[in-house]
Amino acid sequence: MDGTVKEKIMDYLAGKLTCKEVTEAVTEYLEGTFTFWERVRFQMHLGMCVGCRNYLRQIKQTIRTLGKLPTEPIPPDVREELLRRFRNWKKG
Amino acid sequence: MAEERVTSSDDLEQLEALRNGDERAFASLVDRYYGSLLRLAMAYVPSRAVAEEVVQETWVGVLEGLSRFEGRSSLKTWIFRILTNRAKTRGQRERRYEPMGLGGDSGDNLDGPAVDPDRFLKSGYFVDHWVSQPNAWEDETPERLLLSKETRAQIEKAIEALPPTQRQVITLRDIEEVSSQEVCNILDITETNQRVLLHRARSKVRRTLEPYMEGQTGRT
Repeated sequence: MDGTVKEKIMDYLAGKLTCKEVTEAVTEYLEGTFTFWERVRFQMHLGMCVGCRNYLRQIKQTIRTLGKLPTEPIPPDVREELLRRFRNWKKG
Repeated sequence: MAEERVTSSDDLEQLEALRNGDERAFASLVDRYYGSLLRLAMAYVPSRAVAEEVVQETWVGVLEGLSRFEGRSSLKTWIFRILTNRAKTRGQRERRYEPMGLGGDSGDNLDGPAVDPDRFLKSGYFVDHWVSQPNAWEDETPERLLLSKETRAQIEKAIEALPPTQRQVITLRDIEEVSSQEVCNILDITETNQRVLLHRARSKVRRTLEPYMEGQTGRT
């Protein structure tokens, strides 16, 4: 393809998204609700913008970290009480 | 709602054991979900003591409902829904009696942008592009990050500070890794609403983490 035409298309696709818009659209992008062309535009912007690439990575890292957040173990007395209830339930 | 997610074979096996009165099956269920239920309950009610009671009531509800559970959702979704039903009722009651209240903020209102507006250019050709670009965070695995007590505390604090519905959504989606469809089902909200709440919540948690994550690399 002719270089200048290609550039124009690139400009058209990427130029319409601002970094601010990217930060507001990031969840929709990750949730997969974009149409094909929306996704292309989004990815074009990412391709040219290191700030937004970092932003997306930060969001992904935030999500991954949340997924590994430890939960409290059950206190032994609470556990014992629940098992007692289960035995009662079993008896009917 | 068109939820066709059927109980997995693991779930069915466990269900069978529970109905047969297998105490070990119940113990493993309790061990697996107690902490998650407590965390979720805290997103509804104003105190830990009440949250603990809600969790207790939930287990009673699980036992009462076992024979009626039809396996149209995963066991986890079913248990979570029992909890949210009880927590909702309880949350409303507690709030009425709370002089301070938690405010009427359902979290549905759009409370500000994902990123501080000052980080974007205000005018010119590159309006709304970064003034101060986000830096790459340290490439730590979540496991290593969470070894730090301070990081854990920061994240927990950020989650606690969220409006209730945002907190409920991020707890289910990102901490418990429940699917989007199931979260809509558990919380009785639309996909769009969920996405907005999730977006707000994630943006705020990221913001809380940012100075800390960059601080570690000694950024000026």
